[in-house]
Amino acid sequence: MAEEIKAGCARPTGGPVGEKPDAKKETPQQPMFKEVKNLVTVGKKAPDFTAPAYSKGKFVNVQLSEFLGKWVVLCFYPGDFTFV
Amino acid sequence: MSVDSVFVHKMWDDHELSKMVKGGIPFPMLSDGGGKVGSIFGVYLEDAGVEARGRFIIDPDGIIQGFEVLTPPVGRNVMESIRQIQAFQHVRKTKGAEATPSGWKPGKPTLKPGPDLVGKVWEVWKTSSAFDD
Repeated sequence: MAEEIKAGCARPTGGPVGEKPDAKKETPQQPMFKEVKNLVTVGKKAPDFTAPAYSKGKFVNVQLSEFLGKWVVLCFYPGDFTFV
Repeated sequence: MSVDSVFVHKMWDDHELSKMVKGGIPFPMLSDGGGKVGSIFGVYLEDAGVEARGRFIIDPDGIIQGFEVLTPPVGRNVMESIRQIQAFQHVRKTKGAEATPSGWKPGKPTLKPGPDLVGKVWEVWKTSSAFDD
């Protein structure tokens, strides 16, 4: 499953997997309105991503699509050592 | 998942969370430096540089079945998340033949949507069912 990563000096980061949503060629003229795209909708596929993680004593790389076949609860929170 | 590094996650688990949960956090603590993943899920608060309390339920096909997003000072209700997962699992097991009405939890009656139920929900579901007994 999740591959282990070496703890180097650079801070490991992840990001979305696959084609960028705005990969289309940009028109030379700026559009009048910035298109706001909501990528996340109920009933639609969750955007795949990869992220470094701390998991039971190890630093690993986690990709959302590794969990296909299981129920996943993905939780975001403001920060470590916050109070709530 | 938060914008903290995996190193800070380790310190938090070692020094605080493991005192609340025996053996430490049993699932991966993900790091999202810069809020790249939070941005695509619509929970990254750019001004503050942190992520809101967002919770997404994703089914075995990778489909988002539900989400809840709160501003930082108010915590979530874990029991409600578990109840929703149980309800989605039940609906999935019945291949959508059954639906779970407001206030449903395991053991309570479900609804079988169809022509016969139109206008008859009041016969099989009472308002009191929306609340805990």
